[in-house]
Amino acid sequence: MPPAELQTPHTPHTPPDESPDLTVTVNATVNGTRRSTTVEPRRTLADWLRDDLGLTATHLGCEQGVCGACTVLVDGDPVRSCLMLAVQAREMAVTTVEGLGSVADMHPVQQGCLDAMSFQCGFCTPGFLMAITAYLARRGQTAEVPDGRAPSDDEIREALSGNLCRCTGYQSIVDGVRRAWEITSESAGA
Amino acid sequence: MLSCADDNCKRLRRRGVRELSCRAQLRRACKAAAMKPPPFAYDAPETIDEALGLLDEHGDEAKVLAGGQSLIPLLSMRLARPARLVDIARIAELGQIFLNGSTRIGATVRQCAVERSAELRTANPLLGKAIPFIGHGPIRNRGTIGGSVAHADPAAELPAVMLLLEAEMVLRSASGGERTVPAAEFFEGFLTTAAQPQELLVELRLPAWLPGTGAGFQEIARRHGDFAIVGAGAVVQLDPGTGLVTDSRLAFTGVAGTPVRATEAERMLVGHEPTIAAIAEMAAVARAGLEPSGDVHASAAYRRHIAGVLTERVVKEAVDAAR
Ligand SMILES: Cc1cc2nc3c(=O)[nH]c(=O)nc-3n(C[C@H](O)[C@H](O)[C@H](O)COP(=O)(O)OP(=O)(O)OC[C@H]3O[C@@H](n4cnc5c(N)ncnc54)[C@H](O)[C@@H]3O)c2cc1C
Ligand code: FES
Ligand code: FES
Repeated sequence: MPPAELQTPHTPHTPPDESPDLTVTVNATVNGTRRSTTVEPRRTLADWLRDDLGLTATHLGCEQGVCGACTVLVDGDPVRSCLMLAVQAREMAVTTVEGLGSVADMHPVQQGCLDAMSFQCGFCTPGFLMAITAYLARRGQTAEVPDGRAPSDDEIREALSGNLCRCTGYQSIVDGVRRAWEITSESAGA
Repeated sequence: MLSCADDNCKRLRRRGVRELSCRAQLRRACKAAAMKPPPFAYDAPETIDEALGLLDEHGDEAKVLAGGQSLIPLLSMRLARPARLVDIARIAELGQIFLNGSTRIGATVRQCAVERSAELRTANPLLGKAIPFIGHGPIRNRGTIGGSVAHADPAAELPAVMLLLEAEMVLRSASGGERTVPAAEFFEGFLTTAAQPQELLVELRLPAWLPGTGAGFQEIARRHGDFAIVGAGAVVQLDPGTGLVTDSRLAFTGVAGTPVRATEAERMLVGHEPTIAAIAEMAAVARAGLEPSGDVHASAAYRRHIAGVLTERVVKEAVDAAR
């Protein structure tokens, strides 16, 4: 039996402060499931997902909006979950990488990035996957590419410019996006 | 993302940025930063009047939260410690856009709205050219147009755009009612505007885009998406018959505590044909009129130099767009 303090599932790492007894109820749809918890208003969306809901696939790098590791979709748009309070996402739909697909049933973006080996250490990967998912979904909706043209390197690099990767040098990520686009268009054509 | 000019610290403290009094302190704060926001009370009013009531009641203690893309990093680094946040994102009235000749943009319209609306970009081409320079897509998906203007970072694009357009900021408070401040009087200094703590920026009014007018916007940044070292924007109107310049405007970001108009240089082009030589002369005058300060990113001389280079680029871009 481990000591009592180790039995608590996860200790939120918000530093202890002069804690006011102010709390808010956050209810949002996370990966298709209604979730509701009571938290301090200062809880960021990233910490709410990781510490309160146990969805630890969303990573935190810089916590100041620069690296993109924490990117999640809020009502379909990619946003920095470190720069959004959980309470700001009230009544919204949040998608994290846990909501994309599973090992048995991968999302085209996950499959594409796996095919192209778009990662090394993998720390940045969840953020990239969400940014790529949103990019390909939006690109598919706009009439800017009527000829079904594959996304160019420049287009992809511009779309992913807000995500940093310390390992890959980005080329394999660009390849992964194109592969994901191929998989998506093949299944759309089939 | 943050900068600090020593002489501006009193103003900053008045604005609720309490712990920042010099560059060294900023560095220390960043190093020791908890990277989690300090505790605060939170309100999410659904009407403007409710928000104004809260700001009136709590005064200096409260801070408006719009997209949070500037405020939340400041909170996480503990550079701001407001006791209360008034989240204005759920006030439907502040999220509206009216296009009929002139353009009226509600304060909480997100920056990405411009990228997603061809109509808005046609109504105001300068806005369309400047917005993509703000950070990255995910930042613009949350960041609001009013938030950027209210935050008044001297390197930010939108304050310079407001100055170029001679836009008007509509401010409202519970005690003072509504007042309209022209852009030229709105930006007072580093992160400092004419808005009082109990005032809410409710709307931006952009004058109608006149026929024969073109816009240009360019900047130089260390990395794609970073705040620019220097940015420049231009608006040029040409007479359709003669091709002579009837109106010319030029503004810079990143060269002073506020965005600045280059009034002397602007005037040089009016009544003339916008030739390459005339634009080069204009750039020389614009460059000479600036007194930027140097910092770790760029020396004063480099800033002045690229202001000249950017002038030529944006004025040519605006002339081409006007033709
Ligand atoms: C990584 C990163 C890169 C960025 N790069 C750029 C860039 O290149 N260029 C650029 O311009 N910006 C950049 N930004 C900042 C971004 O544009 C912000 O969205 C913007 O400055 C503030 O808008 P906001 O809606 O997020 O406001 P918030 O962060 O919510 O608020 C900012 C300030 O304005 C006040 N405020 C907001 N709305 C109102 C209102 N209606 N009335 C009164 N006061 C109000 C708040 O109280 C606060 O003091 C960047 C941010 C990040 C994190
Ligand atoms: S952790 Fe959110 S952007 Fe780096
Ligand atoms: S794979 Fe290591 S940071 Fe991107």
